[in-house]
Amino acid sequence: MTNYVIWTLLIPLLAGIIMLFIPQRVILQRTISIIASIILLINTVLLVFQIQTEGIQKMELGGWAPPFGIILVGDMLSGLLVLTTALVIIPILIYSFSSIGVEREKKYYYSIFFFLVTGVLGAFLTGDLFNMFVFFEVFLLSSYVLIVHGSTQKQLRESFKYVLINILSSALFVIGVAYLYAVIGTLNMAHLGERIASLTEPAPILTVIALMFLIIFGLKGAIFPLYFWLPASYTAPPTAIGALFGALLTKVGIYAIFRTYSIIFVHDPAYTHTVLGVLAALTMIFGVIGAVAHKDVTKILVYNVIVAVGFVLFGVSTMTEAGYQGAIYYVIHDMIIKAALFLLIGALVTVGGTKYLKQMGGIIKYHPALGWLFLVAVFALVGIPPLSGFIGKVLLIQGGTTVGDYWIVFLMMVASLLVLYSMIRIFLQGFYGKSVLSSKEEHGTTKGLLFPISLLIALSVLLGIGAEFLYPFVQTATEVLLQPELYINAVLKE
Amino acid sequence: METLMTITAGILLSIGTYLILTKSLLRIVLGTSIFTHGVHIMLLSMAGLKTGAVPLLGEDAAAYTDPIPQALMLTSIVISFALTAFFLVLSYRTYKTFGTDDMDQLRGSKYE
Repeated sequence: MTNYVIWTLLIPLLAGIIMLFIPQRVILQRTISIIASIILLINTVLLVFQIQTEGIQKMELGGWAPPFGIILVGDMLSGLLVLTTALVIIPILIYSFSSIGVEREKKYYYSIFFFLVTGVLGAFLTGDLFNMFVFFEVFLLSSYVLIVHGSTQKQLRESFKYVLINILSSALFVIGVAYLYAVIGTLNMAHLGERIASLTEPAPILTVIALMFLIIFGLKGAIFPLYFWLPASYTAPPTAIGALFGALLTKVGIYAIFRTYSIIFVHDPAYTHTVLGVLAALTMIFGVIGAVAHKDVTKILVYNVIVAVGFVLFGVSTMTEAGYQGAIYYVIHDMIIKAALFLLIGALVTVGGTKYLKQMGGIIKYHPALGWLFLVAVFALVGIPPLSGFIGKVLLIQGGTTVGDYWIVFLMMVASLLVLYSMIRIFLQGFYGKSVLSSKEEHGTTKGLLFPISLLIALSVLLGIGAEFLYPFVQTATEVLLQPELYINAVLKE
Repeated sequence: METLMTITAGILLSIGTYLILTKSLLRIVLGTSIFTHGVHIMLLSMAGLKTGAVPLLGEDAAAYTDPIPQALMLTSIVISFALTAFFLVLSYRTYKTFGTDDMDQLRGSKYE
């Protein structure tokens, strides 16, 4: 039997290593990266179907049985996120071909890109908390390189702060792992879950550790008080890198919270999950305030990344079937649509030559396709049926009302409306309105940029229409989240 | 001994935090390095320090110290070594480009 779990990590790793040796041969690197990402996509599709038919997949590294060895576990939640990652990187790669520039391509851009993908996929698939830290470092180190890649002034300035905040959060991660090991005596996630579930008396220290992990993953995932670093650093690198970060990096933090708060820290949900829910609500509100307040299109977009983090975590905090399903649908939708919007805004800035709304206008006159794609993307982001955001939001609202969090549901709807306002403003002022530039004065072309964007928009539409097809998979993922015993038994007992 | 180590870790963490909160780039880099050292010492003392034997199954099997935190710490040291190296180069490059190592002057534009 082929083990698709390990190949999911090996394909991008091997592609990255091969391209380290051919930095000067740009065309060859592009070919290899596209071929590798397509093979990765096929592999992950097979993985998802294998999980659906045969149950949770695992790979014991070095043949050491859990809880002693490190284990990779592919359950449906990981499977779906891995599949979405593989889907999203292809358009971003194609977009890079025509926008990132030969200079950067010759400086190991594609290698680092694939190392980052390896780290992200590893973090999704690992079944061991310390191993998750290691994969976090793999993709963080790659992201440090990518964010400063090209060394423009703005990149240098912002990446220093980005690196600093992430080194600190990694140090906190190690402290959290140390505490957890001292208290529970294991780091295998299934084993942790088993031991914590079998505790007979309350353990207040575990609640402290749970909140510590919320801070650690919240720093990566940008939840309310900890998102301050995100807007400046995600706008600093070129569009393709920003899209990669916006689509993947915050989602790893969200996934980690998802995983730890559904399998490990379930001893005192009345406290920990309430904190999570309140923070999620505040994240939505403060994110959307930022999105409405800014006049710089890239800033408007990155604040919308923060809003989405709030939506998904709210679903996690409800601990209901509908809430979990909504969170899964929404996180998949958000990975696709945020990548699309980053690329669209990138194309808009390329054409308009400015980031400021006041200085642009009438771009739709010469770029109708770009304008209408943007409008569709905005509708999908807000969740107008039948586009992809709709089903996720409906389920999230359903989950929220089931547990009686009416005020968070209300805040969520207000936030959605304001998201629509903030994005439609870009459409009305940037694309519509009086033309500022004639077609000759434009600062760049959309040549080669529209195709990857249309791929992502098509995916989003497909996800909206094909929600019914995806439903059994989401259901499988939710089952495991609702009954952690399934995960624990699959890892430890077989 | 564990108490002493924990206090040492606490002192290192506070020195690290203090240095990170200063304005100079180099001090911040050293601060993260010291902060991480504090974390490592804490991780090491988590499972108890020397109790008498090497972690091999045998006659003294009951007396050995749990080796896992040490293995974790080793991994973490390697990672932090790479990070510090990268961070130093980054701060040097920032200093060369902007001609200053003062974080106040690296704030970015007014509206960011």
